[in-house]
Amino acid sequence: MRALLLVLALAAPLRAEEVIGALSTNEVAITAGFNGTEIWIFGAVGRDAPVPEEAGPAHVVITVSGPPERVTVRRKERTFGIWVNRDSVEVDQAPSFYAVATTGDLTDVVSETERLRHKIGFDRAVRVVGAPETVEDPRAFGEALVRIRQANGLYSERSGAVDLRDETLFTTRIRLPANLVEGTYQARMFLVRDRAVVSVTEAEIDVAKAGLERLIYTTAHERPLLYGILSIAVALFAGWAASEVFRLLRR
Amino acid sequence: MQIYLPIAEVSVNALLLLGLGGLVGVLSGMFGVGGGFLMTPLLFFIGIPPAVAVATEANQIVASSFSGVLAHLRRKTVDLKMGTVLLLGGLVGSALGVEIFRILRQMGQVELLVSLCYVIFLGVVGGLMFVESLGAIRRAGAATTAPRTPRRHHSWVHHLPLKMRFRQSQLYISAIPPFVIGLLVGILAAIMGVGGGFIMVPAMIYILGMPTKVVVGTSLFQIIFVTGFTTLMHATQNQTVDAVLALLLLIGGVVGAQIGARIGVRMKAEQLRILLALMVLGVCGKLLFDLVVTPSELFTIGEGGH
Repeated sequence: MRALLLVLALAAPLRAEEVIGALSTNEVAITAGFNGTEIWIFGAVGRDAPVPEEAGPAHVVITVSGPPERVTVRRKERTFGIWVNRDSVEVDQAPSFYAVATTGDLTDVVSETERLRHKIGFDRAVRVVGAPETVEDPRAFGEALVRIRQANGLYSERSGAVDLRDETLFTTRIRLPANLVEGTYQARMFLVRDRAVVSVTEAEIDVAKAGLERLIYTTAHERPLLYGILSIAVALFAGWAASEVFRLLRR
Repeated sequence: MQIYLPIAEVSVNALLLLGLGGLVGVLSGMFGVGGGFLMTPLLFFIGIPPAVAVATEANQIVASSFSGVLAHLRRKTVDLKMGTVLLLGGLVGSALGVEIFRILRQMGQVELLVSLCYVIFLGVVGGLMFVESLGAIRRAGAATTAPRTPRRHHSWVHHLPLKMRFRQSQLYISAIPPFVIGLLVGILAAIMGVGGGFIMVPAMIYILGMPTKVVVGTSLFQIIFVTGFTTLMHATQNQTVDAVLALLLLIGGVVGAQIGARIGVRMKAEQLRILLALMVLGVCGKLLFDLVVTPSELFTIGEGGH
């Protein structure tokens, strides 16, 4: 017990600064009209003591990452004149969505070791391990994944997008595109000084299909036979209805 | 008006889908074809994942061919016996096709297979149709009564065992050729997301020697069941049938088909066919171009691991 108190007493000065954050919403519902949304992330830096004079300027790094997936990245090669998927590399962990917003340039603000430890940045969040030896240049596959997802609006890195006032209040906006995957999204807010993470806080965003979209999706995956029969029934009904309507119109 | 498709997991413009359904509907009404072979590539072009496009298009064809076959049943231009034999082959083919589709999807080659099938079939059918209708226009221009080759000639088809009598088609032939034709069309239906009418109709006329008046109704009859079965197989094996997408295409398609039928009546058959041939060749050309030209992005992301 005394040892614990001692540790706490020692730790206290290190935690002189603490980041506190919140999101404009913790739930995103994908409905029929869903066309992407924007979440507003904001927070403040709490202090027990004044900042030491020699300390460098404060920076804030905010990341939002979607549920991690295993994906296969394939590379096309020209074979008999046409482009065919040839080499493939499995990416063990790739977030389905990844956004980084910072007060300054990411690599200037956070050191390489801290980025590795906290998995900040595309190269740290997307990990290609164990590519087959026959594949040339396996790193290109990880880079391609990032490039494609950046083009789709799923991955983004925006330096200077976090607005930090008086080293205390910060705010940013993160755009969630329409092609979101369902799951729990994690928002992390880092307070950084002298390229080292001083404090971190997390919040979760629940992304789920809702209403009719939810119903259709779960029926298709959990009761595929029923879904298939219903699809056909709707089609047959529509075909019959069309034939009847136009027969009446022709009279 | 953007709408989020629950299975395709993309957001697309609902009016665009209605318009596409309508456009293909007009064409199918004008030319008397199902339109699947035009709709599926168009769905690829607007960014629907190929697996979803193929499965959903099969579902849409159920609706359009059912509406068509009802008219033919009233006119008694459906050979149910021939249709059943074609259908049995079709069901076997469809099951095979969905299985091939599933394996290739895992291998990451499904887009290539679908594109290649399209390029080959659209190329051959479009090319033949173009040459044939150009010839027809020239003959009409020369105003000569071109000697027609008798359609019902005796060929290898008539020397196979398992002979059956098809009263409505006035045929006494082996059940094997229609079964095989049905089987091949079933495979195509599953892989390409088409009804297969554009292959089956010529095969029924030129290989089986069926009278033209029962050909369309009988092929529609077979198509309903094969595409229905394909929909069911894709829904249970691949979970790729998108109900919202199917519904939007269906509404557009049904309305378009009726408009198209009216336009079609006012045009000459040869002109219609040459237009259709050009369109088929156009789609074929675009798909071929995409396969041959160096893509701007060589990498693609596939779902899941092995």
